[in-house]
Amino acid sequence: MVFFIPCYIDQFYPGVGIATLELLKKLGCNVEFPLNQTCCGQPMANSGFARLSDGCDKNFVKNFTGYDYIVGPSGSCVLHIKDHLHDDGNKKAADRIRSTIYELTEFIVDVLKIDNIEASFPYKVGLHNSCHGQRGLGLSSMSERVLPLFSKPEQLLKKVKSIELLKPERNDECCGFGGTFSVFEEAVSVRMGQDRIKQHTANNVDYITGVDVSCLMHIEGILRRQGSKIKTIHIAEILNAGGAL
Amino acid sequence: MKDHATLAKEFIKDSPRTDWHDETLWFVRHKRDKAAHSLPEWEQLREWASQIKNHALSNLDSYLEEFEKKALENGAVVHWAADAEEHNQIIHKIIKENGISRIVKSKSMLTEECHLNHYLEAKGIEVVDTDLGERIVQFRKEPPSHIVLPAIHLKKMDVSETFHEHLHTEKGNNDPKYLTHAARLHLREKFIAAELAITGVNFAVAETGGVVVCTNEGNADMGTHAAKIHIASMGFEKLIPKAEHLAVFLRLLARSATGQPITTYSSHFHKPKPGQQLHIVIVDNGRSRILGKPDFKNSLKCIRCAACFNTCPVYRRSGGYSYHASVAGPIGSILNPNFDSKAFADLPFASSLCGSCSNVCPVKIDIHDQLWKWRQEITRQGHVAVAKKVGLKGMAFVLARPGLYRFGGKMLRWVLKTMPFMINNRLNPWYKQREMPSPPKQSFRDWYLKNQKR
Repeated sequence: MVFFIPCYIDQFYPGVGIATLELLKKLGCNVEFPLNQTCCGQPMANSGFARLSDGCDKNFVKNFTGYDYIVGPSGSCVLHIKDHLHDDGNKKAADRIRSTIYELTEFIVDVLKIDNIEASFPYKVGLHNSCHGQRGLGLSSMSERVLPLFSKPEQLLKKVKSIELLKPERNDECCGFGGTFSVFEEAVSVRMGQDRIKQHTANNVDYITGVDVSCLMHIEGILRRQGSKIKTIHIAEILNAGGAL
Repeated sequence: MKDHATLAKEFIKDSPRTDWHDETLWFVRHKRDKAAHSLPEWEQLREWASQIKNHALSNLDSYLEEFEKKALENGAVVHWAADAEEHNQIIHKIIKENGISRIVKSKSMLTEECHLNHYLEAKGIEVVDTDLGERIVQFRKEPPSHIVLPAIHLKKMDVSETFHEHLHTEKGNNDPKYLTHAARLHLREKFIAAELAITGVNFAVAETGGVVVCTNEGNADMGTHAAKIHIASMGFEKLIPKAEHLAVFLRLLARSATGQPITTYSSHFHKPKPGQQLHIVIVDNGRSRILGKPDFKNSLKCIRCAACFNTCPVYRRSGGYSYHASVAGPIGSILNPNFDSKAFADLPFASSLCGSCSNVCPVKIDIHDQLWKWRQEITRQGHVAVAKKVGLKGMAFVLARPGLYRFGGKMLRWVLKTMPFMINNRLNPWYKQREMPSPPKQSFRDWYLKNQKR
């Protein structure tokens, strides 16, 4: 299998990449990392310029052709690839990538079918359900729908020793990141983030975790500005924490 | 004109009021959830509703003819309006020909869309809105801020002040019961005196030629019972094939809108009472244009329940007026660009694309996908700031070139570390209320090359 590290994780959150890599290896995967990967193209596409992301798409196809599985620690980027990756000169390869790319927790639960996580994390943790992972990829049931309850990220976190998992009052409300929305609609974006934080703070959590670094980056930015003690941590870092290597 | 981001920023300045607005609408969303979860067949109902609407929209030509034929047989007069102007002219003509001056109107988003009140006011004709919320905003000369709860942006003290001014209620008496009673007395006089009643239409049934109007206050019925003329205005997408299909829609509508099992009044109008005239105005006003766009066609399935408003985290924190349109919220953000893609170019961007709107929609409109598609359409038409376009072009150029991307990333981290003021300044909207991520000393790729690559 092959490992997809979204651009902003590569540049700003190498720790998330390292944790994901170590975790996948622990779980018995033979992981490769294509060295010329960059971005999935989502920032352009969500801003209304999907037509400008051809170069990113081509580069993505070039880097990720020929593998059984592609796994990335970001629900949003994975969803973008699934929904929008195209390469007119290499249609077959692009289609295959779209159907073989997985977000990390869905890969562990659905493909590896791993039931046992050797990790321990003795803290109070609030799980932020990132919208693109949840509503887009279907990583968990959604409060709006009348369907059976489940949650792949929660299922994995519950295996972690000593963790205390706490749900905020509005379990699956958006944090307000929304890509370029966070900049062009700064006031609403920040307000949404502050409100999310308020509900996690009410639970007295030590950490807020999630499957998407982008939401966490936004939440972290607000937390640090507020001088809060709450920290953000990607789910891979928890699933990889403290267990026997 | 100010755009959504600017208007939203102004709304949020009043922090306690923003909290209150958010919590009030979240409460409605919560009631909707409880109502939906009480029906195990909820998802099946949504699927049926969606399929019925899709079918009706795909066969509109024949259903419209069938509806008109039946309505005429029933004794109604059927009018066809190509646009808002024609809709308003038709109604004005009926008013003039019958020499009428006292008019009541129950809630109708179509007449808002057509700006009927303004049109008639300019001709010296007053229309009294009889829905309580509508009447409140009408007194205040404001448009509705929500399609189901028109005065949801107001608190009871605001209403008290307005009623004191217009209905001479006690100053400072904020008791909802007292205020509602005053409104009731005031409206009752209007109902009794009304010569003509205008209503909207929630559903028009092709096989019967009848229309269904849903209210909680009974104000549509009060108006139409007393007046000698009833005008029902409807967009052509209100059509459903059969009366039995109401069994699906009436169960979904109120549960989605307010969490009630059904609206208090679901009134079926088929034929005029003896001595009464029943006019039905069927309006296009841009709808056939949407019908011709495969990407956006299914927005016409909308039954105006406003569930997408109540669930939208952006709407709840920016208020109805930030959408500067007669229909706000997520559904407004995909309907309004169809009328004018330049004037409403900002609306498809007023969303984090969280997808909650599509999930609550009782007729399964893919609202958040259409927001994404409208974004592509709007930039293609050139309704985008030059700086944004140039910035994204530059970004696309860099991200398509691995070497340049790595160089750029390194530079960015270096600047953040050595000259943070270059990025952490007031020109950077991110930094206004958030910290930038702290720059690590190496990228993941750098680490990988050092530690893993053999």
